[in-house]
Amino acid sequence: MSAIENVSRRRFLAGGIIAAGALVLGVRYYSKLSSGDKLPHDTNADRATLHPNAFLGIDADGTVWIVASRSEMGTTSRTTLPLIVADELDADWKRVKIGQAIGDKRYGDQNTDGSHSIRSFYDAMREAGATARFMLIQAAAKQWGVPAAECETDLHVVVHRSTNRKAGYGELASAAAKLPIPSREALKFKPKSAWRYVGKGEVSYDLEALVTGKAIYGMDARVDGMLYASVEHPPVLGGKVKSYEDKEVLKVAGVRQTVPIDPFQQAPAFQPLGGIAVIADNTWAAFQGRKKLNISWDNGPNETYDSDPYKNELRETAHKPGKVVRNIGDADAVFAKGSKVYEADYYVPLLAHATMEPMVALAEFKDGKVTAWAPTQNPQAAQDIISKELGIAKEDVICHVTLLGGGFGRKSKPDYVAEAAVLSKKVGRPVKVVWTREDDIKFDYYNAVASMYMKAALGADGKPTAWLQRSVFPPIPSIFDVNAVYGDPSHLQQGWTDIPYDLPNLRIENGPAKAHVRIGWLRSVANIYHAFAIQCFTDELAHAAGRDPFDYLLDLIGEPRTIDFKGVDYPNYGAAFDAYPWETGRLRHVTEMVAEKSGWGKRKHGKGTGMGIAAHRSFLTYVATVVEVEVNDQGEVRIPRVDTVLDAGLVVNPEATRAQFEGAAVFGASIVRSGEITATRGAINQSNFQDYPVARMAEAPYQTNVYIVDSDAPPAGVGEPGVPPFVAAFCNAIYAATGKRVRDLPITKLGLS
Amino acid sequence: MIQLKVNGAEQSFDGDPEMPLLWYLRDVLGLTGSKFGCGVGLCGACTVHVNGQATRSCVAAMRDTAGKEVTTVEGLEKNGLHPVQKAWMQINVPQCGYCQVGQIMQAVALLSSKKKPADHEIDEAMSGNICRCGTYQRIRAAIKAAAGEMP
Repeated sequence: MSAIENVSRRRFLAGGIIAAGALVLGVRYYSKLSSGDKLPHDTNADRATLHPNAFLGIDADGTVWIVASRSEMGTTSRTTLPLIVADELDADWKRVKIGQAIGDKRYGDQNTDGSHSIRSFYDAMREAGATARFMLIQAAAKQWGVPAAECETDLHVVVHRSTNRKAGYGELASAAAKLPIPSREALKFKPKSAWRYVGKGEVSYDLEALVTGKAIYGMDARVDGMLYASVEHPPVLGGKVKSYEDKEVLKVAGVRQTVPIDPFQQAPAFQPLGGIAVIADNTWAAFQGRKKLNISWDNGPNETYDSDPYKNELRETAHKPGKVVRNIGDADAVFAKGSKVYEADYYVPLLAHATMEPMVALAEFKDGKVTAWAPTQNPQAAQDIISKELGIAKEDVICHVTLLGGGFGRKSKPDYVAEAAVLSKKVGRPVKVVWTREDDIKFDYYNAVASMYMKAALGADGKPTAWLQRSVFPPIPSIFDVNAVYGDPSHLQQGWTDIPYDLPNLRIENGPAKAHVRIGWLRSVANIYHAFAIQCFTDELAHAAGRDPFDYLLDLIGEPRTIDFKGVDYPNYGAAFDAYPWETGRLRHVTEMVAEKSGWGKRKHGKGTGMGIAAHRSFLTYVATVVEVEVNDQGEVRIPRVDTVLDAGLVVNPEATRAQFEGAAVFGASIVRSGEITATRGAINQSNFQDYPVARMAEAPYQTNVYIVDSDAPPAGVGEPGVPPFVAAFCNAIYAATGKRVRDLPITKLGLS
Repeated sequence: MIQLKVNGAEQSFDGDPEMPLLWYLRDVLGLTGSKFGCGVGLCGACTVHVNGQATRSCVAAMRDTAGKEVTTVEGLEKNGLHPVQKAWMQINVPQCGYCQVGQIMQAVALLSSKKKPADHEIDEAMSGNICRCGTYQRIRAAIKAAAGEMP
């Protein structure tokens, strides 16, 4: 990351941490600074000769500085968003340098989750680039005394063809900076035919740093004089320290002191969990000291939580009438007629994120202000929680964003960043909190455990005449309000209220479930269990009807139409319906295409082999996936091939998108094979990769083929949408190969071996 | 006092002999390329070479490194990039990248002992290295690409 701007380099022992900050003039979408406002940090973009907006600056030597305001956790958004700026600027990518933004509300939303970085910032990035290009052209025209309309750009230079004059962006920067900033209406955007980077893509800006170990993650952040901390958290959510003994701890070489951290108030939200921190001269000493802690806990009310009875409870709730969230016709009337009815229960346990980099953060409290360095998906939330915990103004919290060693939604919750700040204040030195893998697995914000009850009546043609589906899961809002028990619209929308089938009678319900652990967003979130239930139940019905699963799925999706959500609380992932309607034709298209690409129905399958199919829209992207499996006599499951087709509208970076869908298949493989977190007396049973295994090379798909539909629709998400259809298609393939139905994840319970 | 060589340079350590090599490299020497992932030798993010052998530095006690030669990613190649690193870039392997240094160190060790590994040999050699982003098919491709380029 040598090219990352670094205003605080002198403070670092190991260099290269990222520093960036406020803007000089805001992109129109965001509030502008008045001239008297103090900037928490200048970026190189701010300091550049020409700096028309928050995201962009051009130096007199032609260097283009672009600010990455969203976090990089492997999706390449740190590269892909600047690529949009560079394209509209007509800049030479080789002369672009990227600086990472600190948490600052002037950049707009920085919570890098929900697969919407491109969708939400595509226009802002184009506008940033087009604004600077406009000003450079104006400056050149003025200099040459020719109409601006006769000038154009050609890779980092402005040209006037009839007089054969050229001027580089660098030489024009100073003159351009004196010109007024144009209105959006005055801007001219490049036609698609002139795009250099958008739709073609680029490898990660950090690629070389990533393979040489020079990339700086949160784990690698260092400042002078820092101490290391390891925290023993209450084993049960909401537990408190009754008393503790640290005499033996303090005898460990390198240990300085122990520090109690207060338990959270009311609901956990993003507050520290509380517990006892061991402060030491190095990470190892802190870990060793922690082993000598003797703590007596008051476990609190969640001590009653056991996963097995809780699972039964969820299932019983799913069998009772719940809250109706969508209804068409009268499903009960059809069921009462005594036609053939099929029922099934599906279950997905709690899932942990298990990012390769465990939670870690460095913070320094000094003179009433905090500076933090953290691998966070959500630096503004880190500012918020630190300001609340320490009783200081949000503006007095600077949160630098390092690279993230994986995120998957876990690092949207900055509890660990707050821990570092709280400890630094108590210790009076910069403190780096390092979670162990055991801490990470035991104190996650888990993807909800969920039970789904499905019921359908089939008509003479084998198609459903009535359909009932009821889901029950402890909802994510329970981390903010412990009494929240029903799914909220933003999660019920995730593959549940938007079932794409053309059904005459449909009722969708949700039942209550109380949370006993922290529930949070995990890559594709509720789509995981909803798509699993719907797409596997569809496969079951296809077999019940004696139909080919692909043909049957197409039949259920029906003719191309736009789903009407009248009377349904369907947020559409926060996107406008006119720009992002729910078009079943696009789902149909990817489904047909994946059947063709995978050779569905055309390839012979021997004993123990089979293919499964599933289709799903999430984060506004339409995906269909075919998974091929081989199950040997020992019950070992291999995945020789995956084909997946996606329609995500305009895809800015196809190479990064393919990588996301390859990775989603591996993430899904882990869920199906072994993803399960359980609790006994409120405490999590798993601790590390031996009891929370994730897919290793031989367990991952051998080959995932990704096909991107060419589309002019506006851009949609690519980080998450690959997971849900993979999970269902994998389970359907296991049925095709073995005749065993997967209704209960993970498949360790299936008895294949 | 423990004497060892790290990336060719003589070092001595008089701290806790039980301290794993990983924390010595990271916290004491400031060599942060090798990563902490699990602390128990299950994920491979901390992989370095000790006397040329791929070793999980998170479970290798300093006392056992006495007199040995440790190579980390920082010392993998003196001039430019190692062929395996080049292959990693050519195939565009990393996503978040956190595990990749460990993967690369493991792959270098594999290719030092096996010039043209078959699929099952790659699977086996790399089975101790987890990538949560799921870059395995590209890792396999990169190892094959590098196989012909090793010195």
